[in-house]
Amino acid sequence: MSFLRRFLALALLLPALARADTFVFTAIPDEDESRLQQRFGKVADYLSDRLGVEVQYIPVKSYAAAITAFRNNQVQLAWFGGLSGVQARRLVPGSEALAQGYEDQFFKTYFIAHASAGVEPADQLSDSLRGKTFTFGSKGSTSGRLMPEFHLREQFGEAPQKIFSRVGFSGDHSRTIAQVQSGAYQIGAVNYSVWESELAQGKIDPDKVRVIWTTPSYPDYQWTIRGDVDGRFGDGFKERVRRAMLELNDPELLASFPRQRFVPASNSDYAPIEATAKAIGLLDD
Amino acid sequence: MIALSGLLPSRGSSARTLNGVCLLMIGGALLALIGADIQLYSVDPWQELSRIGLGLLQPGWRDFPTLLEAVGQTVAFALLAVALAAPLGLLLATVFHWLPVRLLCAALRSVHELFWGLIFMQLYGLSATTGLLAILVPFTGVFAKVFAEIFEQQSPEPARTVPPAAGGLKRHLYTLIPQSWPALVSYTRYRFECALRSSAILGFIGLPTLGFHLETAFKQGQYSEAGALLWAFLLLIASIRFWLRPRLIPLYLLAALWLLPETIGFSNGGYLWQFISSDIWPAAVRAGEWGAALDWYAMMFNEQLWPGLVQTLLLTQIALVLSGVVVLATYPFASRALAGPVLRWPGRFLLLVLRSTPEMVLAFVFLLLFGPSGLPAVLALALHNGGLIAFLVANDSDAERNGPHARPDDPKGLMRYAYIETPRRFPALLALLFYRWEVILRESAIMGILGIATLGFYIDSAFEEIRYDRAFLLIAVTALLNMLVDSLSRRLRRLARSDRAGLLSRRH
Repeated sequence: MSFLRRFLALALLLPALARADTFVFTAIPDEDESRLQQRFGKVADYLSDRLGVEVQYIPVKSYAAAITAFRNNQVQLAWFGGLSGVQARRLVPGSEALAQGYEDQFFKTYFIAHASAGVEPADQLSDSLRGKTFTFGSKGSTSGRLMPEFHLREQFGEAPQKIFSRVGFSGDHSRTIAQVQSGAYQIGAVNYSVWESELAQGKIDPDKVRVIWTTPSYPDYQWTIRGDVDGRFGDGFKERVRRAMLELNDPELLASFPRQRFVPASNSDYAPIEATAKAIGLLDD
Repeated sequence: MIALSGLLPSRGSSARTLNGVCLLMIGGALLALIGADIQLYSVDPWQELSRIGLGLLQPGWRDFPTLLEAVGQTVAFALLAVALAAPLGLLLATVFHWLPVRLLCAALRSVHELFWGLIFMQLYGLSATTGLLAILVPFTGVFAKVFAEIFEQQSPEPARTVPPAAGGLKRHLYTLIPQSWPALVSYTRYRFECALRSSAILGFIGLPTLGFHLETAFKQGQYSEAGALLWAFLLLIASIRFWLRPRLIPLYLLAALWLLPETIGFSNGGYLWQFISSDIWPAAVRAGEWGAALDWYAMMFNEQLWPGLVQTLLLTQIALVLSGVVVLATYPFASRALAGPVLRWPGRFLLLVLRSTPEMVLAFVFLLLFGPSGLPAVLALALHNGGLIAFLVANDSDAERNGPHARPDDPKGLMRYAYIETPRRFPALLALLFYRWEVILRESAIMGILGIATLGFYIDSAFEEIRYDRAFLLIAVTALLNMLVDSLSRRLRRLARSDRAGLLSRRH
């Protein structure tokens, strides 16, 4: 059977036929992307136990790929960042934010600087940043792109490309830290939780790189589910997924995200993120 | 690989024209240096670089079955894609004189595999179909063009024996294809190596090939795992000729089918029409508001297309000339005639590393060394492409070593390099460089981490921002640019009189 399916995929006749009864989810954690399949396979097993349907996990590489998979119904549930969740829900009417991490209610971005840049920690972003080199994280990241860009524009009244002599996109929070620590970029914007965990692991040399400013808090990662799951998996399915998430308390599973626990969330929690994305031109009206 | 004995300066390659073309290219690169975004920053990279070095020296992989699976799937995608693209390309090559076919093939070629992957992902999700099409589609365009060029090089005599009424396909079947069979097979073999690279790179967008794990390991700074993956990939490429036996290919193809990743939970096939009719057009066009649409196109031109185009062309020009320098500096160390039968192995190994290490990895290392500017990008592109061309040039040199032009009193060492090898290799080298031009242009997408806004950078941004209208426009413009560069380089090649059999069949 599976040989035949592969052959069909090969013959380009059809997108492979799906097993209609499998509930599929995806997740891109904001740190430690290694062994995703093993780690999230366990989350799939947990959900399968709780929901009574077969649950599978697909690893993806980028927010854009996760949104695409969600949009064309390859996955029905996704662990999105703040911005990617908003983008996905705009594309799939009826979809809903179900739950967020406890930490995601008050997420933060750190601005970090290499010691040689001569920028002192302060209560706000100062003019000493002008003309420096600067790197964001991934282009679609809330903590690595959206929020830092918003605060830069708010503080300086200009696009980042005008404030800094060069603006890069490292693609990932760990890369941002590595690039600022090595002096390749003088300033960077990084997800606070990745910074804290790399600091704890001793990967950061405080003599070389330090935090110079912390953004006000904002909502970030959340579970988003498609609106049509009740029709496909039975009435009340969405609520059962929500309950399964809120009652997830196995530390090993939570460590994959990594979050203490999940708390309820709704689409309206992310209205500020949507407004911010529109304000800096990442989303069209 | 085919011997290049047909290619000789005496066949009319005028040194003057060659020099003229070279001077033109070098002059262009020097001019580009003025406008290009190249700068040095003082950095402090040694901690990170030593971790990378240590990782390469002490590769480690916790999970051997996963590594094997990734290697298997990398091979499976490449093998199946080539097995389908080569016959399709051959078919198209028989009607290549037809302009629409030529344009279609140029368009297929001009979009990078990664972008094809992102496009097909919209339609087929993350699936084996997406991965196969992403390699298959551009490769078909390349095969068609190169096969057609190989046919052009064949003697027209046998074809005249076929009755005029027989038609093009029969003429190809009975004369041109048998005549050029060795060249076709040799090119297909070389192309398979390229397909392995493409297949690995497709992991960057989520297919379960080597690139998937390499990108993760690299991103997370797990350099010993990244090292293990790089070594595995080098080993795979280096050992092709030991395991890719013609007789085993049917067996491999069956195994490849079995190895393809199973598609999980995909059910939306009716998405194609929405993508074509709606997603890729700006909202104003869909609404029929032509004034707003014009504004949108003007905005795209001013903010992304024009600046992106300028940066792309400048960096490409510099990278191209620098690639030539890399070739001239490295190929002698890999050639038997110049480096000797034993000492050429370190040289060959160097070229293997250069051509098999993804540009993204090279660019990151140079970013650490020199800071963010066009410099790391240019160096990464030049080393990668230079390494690839040098490998082909060294192979040509080896193939010709005991050929009809070898003489017992041929000089050795530097004299041989300067007066025999380099002049004989030069037209081929130039032709290969021109071929790589369009590839370098496509590959400029890696420059996002360097803060350089090339066309590829904007295309990548458009996909990240789920703005397929922008992505489509940018890709269309890039494709046009590629077609232009392609026809220009064809002219330059003619100027360089290097349009001879054999070497054309070695293009990437």
